[in-house]
Amino acid sequence: MSPFMAMLRRELRLALRGGGDVLILVLFFMIVGAIVPFAVGPDQTLLASIAPGIIWIATFLAMLLGLERLFRPDHEDGSLILLRQAELPLSAVIAAKLIVHWLVSAVPLLLASPILALLLAIDVPAFGRTLVSLALGTPALAAFSAIGAAVTVPIRHGGLIAPILIAPLSVPVLIFGVSAITSPQSGAATLFLAALSVMAVALTPFVAAFAIGSAED
Amino acid sequence: MSNDTTSRQSWWQRIAHPGQFVAWTTPLLMPLAILTAVLFVVGLWFAFFNSPEDYQMGDTVRIMYVHVPNAWLSQFVYAVITVSALGTLVWRHPLADVSMKAAVPLGALFTALALFTGALWGRPTWGTFWEWDGRMTSTLVLLFIYLGIIALWRAFDDQLRAARVVAVFTLVGAINIPIIKFSVDWWSTLHQPASVFVPGGPRMPLSIQIPLFLMFFAFTFLFLVLHLKAMHTEIKRRRVMTLQRKLAQRATP
Repeated sequence: MSPFMAMLRRELRLALRGGGDVLILVLFFMIVGAIVPFAVGPDQTLLASIAPGIIWIATFLAMLLGLERLFRPDHEDGSLILLRQAELPLSAVIAAKLIVHWLVSAVPLLLASPILALLLAIDVPAFGRTLVSLALGTPALAAFSAIGAAVTVPIRHGGLIAPILIAPLSVPVLIFGVSAITSPQSGAATLFLAALSVMAVALTPFVAAFAIGSAED
Repeated sequence: MSNDTTSRQSWWQRIAHPGQFVAWTTPLLMPLAILTAVLFVVGLWFAFFNSPEDYQMGDTVRIMYVHVPNAWLSQFVYAVITVSALGTLVWRHPLADVSMKAAVPLGALFTALALFTGALWGRPTWGTFWEWDGRMTSTLVLLFIYLGIIALWRAFDDQLRAARVVAVFTLVGAINIPIIKFSVDWWSTLHQPASVFVPGGPRMPLSIQIPLFLMFFAFTFLFLVLHLKAMHTEIKRRRVMTLQRKLAQRATP
C-alpha cells in the first residue's frame, strides 16, 4: 500500500470511528436549516425564494464546525510532528486529510440536503441545481477550512479564530454557490464555482503545509 | 542576525538591525510629520474654501477629499503588508514582521474610516448609509480580513512564530482579495445594475483634482509617519519584553 493510501485509510478510520462526529454535523446542518422558518415565518413562497441561501449558510456553518478535527488531534498527540518528518511530503498528507475531511463533512450534508429541501419547499429542478452547486462548492469550503485550521493549529484555543479568518475568504464561494442555483446566469456561476474549488483544492495542501512548517520551526 | 561587519553594507542590510533602523529613521520622523501637517493644512484649506460645490451634491462633495484617500490607503496598506509578509517568509528580513505588525492596525483603521466616511456621504446623496454595492461590500470584506489578521496575531504568545503564520495567511488573503472583488462586483451588478454611483474620475475639473491630490498625499504621508512610529514602538516593546525575560531569569536562579 502506498503511503498516500495508508494516510487516506488512517484518516478515514479515525473520522468514522470517532463516534458521532458525522451525525452531529448532519444534525447541526438540519437544525440550522429548520430553524430559519421559525425566524422568518412559514410563508412557502418566501421560504422557497431564500432556501438556496439557507442551505448554503447551513452548509457553511456545519463545515466550520468540523474543521477542528483536521489538525488539532494530531497536533495534541504529537503525530503531526511525526507526519512532518515522514517520507511522504506534508502537502500530500494534507491532501489526504483534505479528501477525507470533504468525505466526512460535506458528503453527509449532500445526502441530508433532500430533507431540508423538502422542508423549505424547493421544487425539483431547483433542488437539482442545489445539489450540483453544493457538490462543486464544498471542496473549496473544505480547502479554506484546512487553511484556517493549519494557521490556527499552534494556538491553544484557536477554535473561534479560524471561522473569523475563513468567513471573508469564503465570500466568493457563497456568492457563486447561491447564484448557481438562483441567478439567470447560473451556468457561468457554476463554472466559476468549479474553478474556485479546483484552484483552492490544488493550492491548499501546499499553503497549509507551509503554514504548519513555518509555525513549528 | 548575520555577522557581516564589512564596511560595504547596503542600506538594506544596515536597517536589518533593529537598533540601526531606529537610529537611521528617527531623524526622518520629524520632517515627515511636518510635511504631513503642511499637506493637511493646505489640502483642507483647498477642500473647504477653495473648491467648488457639486451642482448636485452641494457641500457634501467635500467628504470625497477624506473618503477617497482613506479608500486608497485601505488597499495600499494591504500591499505594504503583503510585501512585508514576503519579506518575512522569503528574505527573512528581521524588520519585515515588525513592519507587518505595525501596518495591520493602521490598515484596519483606514478601511474603517473609508467605510465610515462613505456612509456619511451616502446618507445625503443616496439616501442610505449602506448599500450592498460591489465596491462597498468588498471594502467591508477587506476590513474583516484586517480584523482577522489582528485577531490571529493577538492569539499567539510567541511573536516570531506568529509573524510567519500571519504572513502565510496574509499572502492567502492577497491572492483572495482580487477574487473576492471580482465575485462581489459580479454579484452586485447582478442585483442592482443601475444604482452604482460613478463619479466620472478623469472628467473631474482641476479645481477638484488639486485638493483631492493634496489630501491623497497628506493621508499617504500620514500613514508613512504613523507606520514608522509604530515600528519604533514595536521594536522598543520587544526590547522591553526581552529585558523583562532576562530579569525574570535572573530572579529565579
